Amino acid sequence: MADTTEQVPHAAGMPNDARPIKLACRNVWKLFGANAANFIRQRNGKASMADVAAAGLVGAVRAVDLEIRQGEIFIIMGLSGSGKSTLVRCMSRLVEPTHGKVEFEGKDLLKISDGALIELRRHRMGMVFQNFALLPHLNVLENIAFPLGIQGQDRPTREKRAREVIELVGLRGREHFYPRELSGGQQQRVGIARSLATKPEIWFLDEPFSALDPLIRREMQDELMRLQTMLHKTIVFITHDFDEAIRLADRIAIMKDGEVIQIGTPEELVVNPATDYVAEFTRDVDRAKVISARSLMRACDGTEHGGAVAPDAKISSFSASIVSAGKPFAVVNGTGKPIGEVTPQAVIDLLAGIERPGAGA
Amino acid sequence: MTVTASTSEARSRPVQLWLVVWACALAVVLAVFLLQDRLPWAVNYPAGAIVPVADWVSALMSLIKSNFSWLTRSITAVLSVPLDFALNLLAKNFKIGRGADMVVLPRLSWVGVCIGAFLAGRAAGGWKLGALVGGCFLYIALFGQWTSAMLTLGLISIAVPFCIVTGLFVGIWAWRKPWAERLLISPALDLMQTIPTFAYLIPMLLLFGNSPVSAMIATAIFATPPMVRATMLGLSRVPSEIDDFSEMAGCTARQKLWRVLLPSARPTLMVGVNQVIMLALNMVIIASMIGAGGLGYDVLLALRALKVGEAMEAGLAIVALAIALDRLSQAIARNHAQGHVYQEVSPSFWRRYPNLTLAIAILAATTLLGLFVPAFAAVPKAITFTTAPLWKTAVSWITINFFDTIEAFRVALILNVLNPVRAFCEGFPWLGAVFLLGLAGYQLGGLRLAALVAALTVFCAVTGLWEKTMATVYLCGISAFIACLIGIPIGLMASRSDRVEKIVTPVIDTLQVLPSFCFIIPVVMLFRVGDVTAMIATVAFAVVPAIRYTNHGLRQVPPALIEAAKVSGCTKRQTFLRVQLPLALPEIMLGVNQTILMALAMIIICAMVGTRDLGQEVFIALSKADSGRGIVAGLAIAFIGIVADRLFNAWTAKARARLG
Repeated sequence: MADTTEQVPHAAGMPNDARPIKLACRNVWKLFGANAANFIRQRNGKASMADVAAAGLVGAVRAVDLEIRQGEIFIIMGLSGSGKSTLVRCMSRLVEPTHGKVEFEGKDLLKISDGALIELRRHRMGMVFQNFALLPHLNVLENIAFPLGIQGQDRPTREKRAREVIELVGLRGREHFYPRELSGGQQQRVGIARSLATKPEIWFLDEPFSALDPLIRREMQDELMRLQTMLHKTIVFITHDFDEAIRLADRIAIMKDGEVIQIGTPEELVVNPATDYVAEFTRDVDRAKVISARSLMRACDGTEHGGAVAPDAKISSFSASIVSAGKPFAVVNGTGKPIGEVTPQAVIDLLAGIERPGAGA
Repeated sequence: MTVTASTSEARSRPVQLWLVVWACALAVVLAVFLLQDRLPWAVNYPAGAIVPVADWVSALMSLIKSNFSWLTRSITAVLSVPLDFALNLLAKNFKIGRGADMVVLPRLSWVGVCIGAFLAGRAAGGWKLGALVGGCFLYIALFGQWTSAMLTLGLISIAVPFCIVTGLFVGIWAWRKPWAERLLISPALDLMQTIPTFAYLIPMLLLFGNSPVSAMIATAIFATPPMVRATMLGLSRVPSEIDDFSEMAGCTARQKLWRVLLPSARPTLMVGVNQVIMLALNMVIIASMIGAGGLGYDVLLALRALKVGEAMEAGLAIVALAIALDRLSQAIARNHAQGHVYQEVSPSFWRRYPNLTLAIAILAATTLLGLFVPAFAAVPKAITFTTAPLWKTAVSWITINFFDTIEAFRVALILNVLNPVRAFCEGFPWLGAVFLLGLAGYQLGGLRLAALVAALTVFCAVTGLWEKTMATVYLCGISAFIACLIGIPIGLMASRSDRVEKIVTPVIDTLQVLPSFCFIIPVVMLFRVGDVTAMIATVAFAVVPAIRYTNHGLRQVPPALIEAAKVSGCTKRQTFLRVQLPLALPEIMLGVNQTILMALAMIIICAMVGTRDLGQEVFIALSKADSGRGIVAGLAIAFIGIVADRLFNAWTAKARARLG
């Protein structure tokens, strides 16, 4: 694929991730109200929610620390008003943070010049919007070629590249349609193609599928996964839909009232929710699809094994066979050495939602 | 006492308080009125204390005139180049050289222009629109108004691009700098649109003389505000995501404005363009008084000579031109709003713009033909016909047969309605008016509004124009009242029945595009000059917003609320009175506000048919070229409009806030 930026082994959400940090937020604050900058500077970047409210300010983003690694799908999940949209706009400096640092490959984004910021956005960042933000006066081809035209590329070059991404997102034959003539799903494909045309390294998706019907949404999620397996972008994805987050994420950050309350893989959130709020979200999740053999295994006690699974295998991938085999399965690492076992009973308990002390994690 | 009872009492108290306050205030004013022998200065503004603002303005204007004549002359010289070109091209023929060597290049052939208009209409809105626009031009030609109409069109064709470009840049500036918008642009726009059209003419006349150029400048000033507003509105309405997108695509500030924001705002901008065209047409007609010539001048001459037939003919030509321009520019705006339809990009000009090429070819061919066949150059007398005698006969017939009825109606109206109200208004103590309006301002919008309203009212008094101001208020008030009395019920009927709406909509659309001048002509034929004519013409002109906003407001009430009312067992009457009307009231009041402003604009123009108010003051000043007098009277009129507008807006805003 012409678009392949970096080849990174796809090690989803592993602890001790060795991949370089692409984008990091260090104690980022966005406060609205008079004298907000002074307020937070005087407190050395520390303030409680009560302090903020007492000063008559509104805290849209409060004390956010996070690191996004190269090639990762990082999802920021929160209900409306939780500050997730403001946070992602702080990361791209569409909104100027009140306090803190946003580091792009270790460089503070808030300190670079306007010219450098424009260069950065033209070549290394891409963004997809909830309501598509297509230009109504341009057709599909012109919309997709637009960011390239802004960079000063001539018409044949940019149209050639635009046709490539049109092919990539499956919009061939619609090049000369205008946005209003397309369905919502098609419009968002144009939005995705447009943001990919510049071959960005970091890709912001701001609730890209929230305005679509559930069926189309699922189709677009699959489409996104397909693109990601080819392109390996660093993705920051905003959503209010926990199911969507679980489906797509390597890691999820859950936001509430402007704060990040937990960051972790879907499995970590489900197994070890940090607060009741997180637990509430994870309650209706299909656990078998999230929890892996590693979380459910126990030490081998010498019984005969009916099969073997990898530590990362999701329970749902072998639940039917283990229950019909009626024997524990060995959990084996890369070299084929067993590191534990999963019993049929543990799988049944998980599927039935029975909590047993001592079982599982 | 229960909690609910105490809160409801706390809520109702301010209303009762205001009732008491108003009762006291009215009593005080009544007392002042009754004691007018003792307190004459409180009723009629003392002549000795009049501030000679008019003289100051005159002095300022003559200072400008004597010191900046180089500037005004060079402006005239620059502007007259494109203007003369347009006028020559459409109406006057090009004359190169002098005397015997003079070469005359012909103007565009009328046949070509009619076909061009047809093609433009067809390109913008299909065969039907083409036939309408072409038909309107053909009508103008056949009724012998061609040269005048083309003079008018020539002026518009130069003034409109000027307005659009200026309005666009001013609007962008206002959008970029909120302080400029708040402190400078918004007040200036309000003033520009409430100062009566006549009042513009006086300084223009003084600075630029009696010429098409001064008419064009007056037109440009009058017609620019809607473009500024449309630009500001359009830019602020661009979705924030599109704004974000342009940032993320790495647009520079200039790229963002010209390649993203303005194109995205194009539908709103096109609405502004349509308004500019219609206002320019309206103003060009009025500016005929300072040398614009054209159709307006024909109407003016005919009215002065009381030749109603000729006035009616020229008036109908204005109507035809107005309808053609309005429908054409609306269709173009609509096409822009819907975006484009895909067309294969083709290298040749002819393929890409078939209609334009065809129109140019036909214009060139017919104009060349005109050199040999006179029928193409000028509309041949043989095929034109005039309806002037017909109108004259009709008027004579009506006058002979219905003179008594009309006269009785007129006299009864004057004796029973107009004169008593007039006497009441003119006798109203000025101090009382300042006090009551200030109080209303305080109740509706706080101290600042009260101060503004009181200050503007005081201005009318201290410049010695109190009596004329009240004469204007009286005629404007009665007309607006009657317009609402007619318009609101019609709007009500239109909101209840789609059939009525279908009939009403095209009628009010047409009424709205007609220049204000045209309303006077038929009325003056029947009622001769005087207050009654002014009143009827004003009612006809100002009734449109009352109908439109009432209909719109009532139709906007969410159907779910009406269903909720029905489910709770409301009768039709209860549904209307308790649900629909309260919810639609802010919108209806907005219509009333518009009606008042339109009535005010019209009343001033009615000075031509002999009213005795501020309009007459401006009219006299215009004929004497007395700039101070005219400008002060113009400001007084504008201030009446601003006072009414601010009070109504404050009230509407309050009602809206209460409804959430």
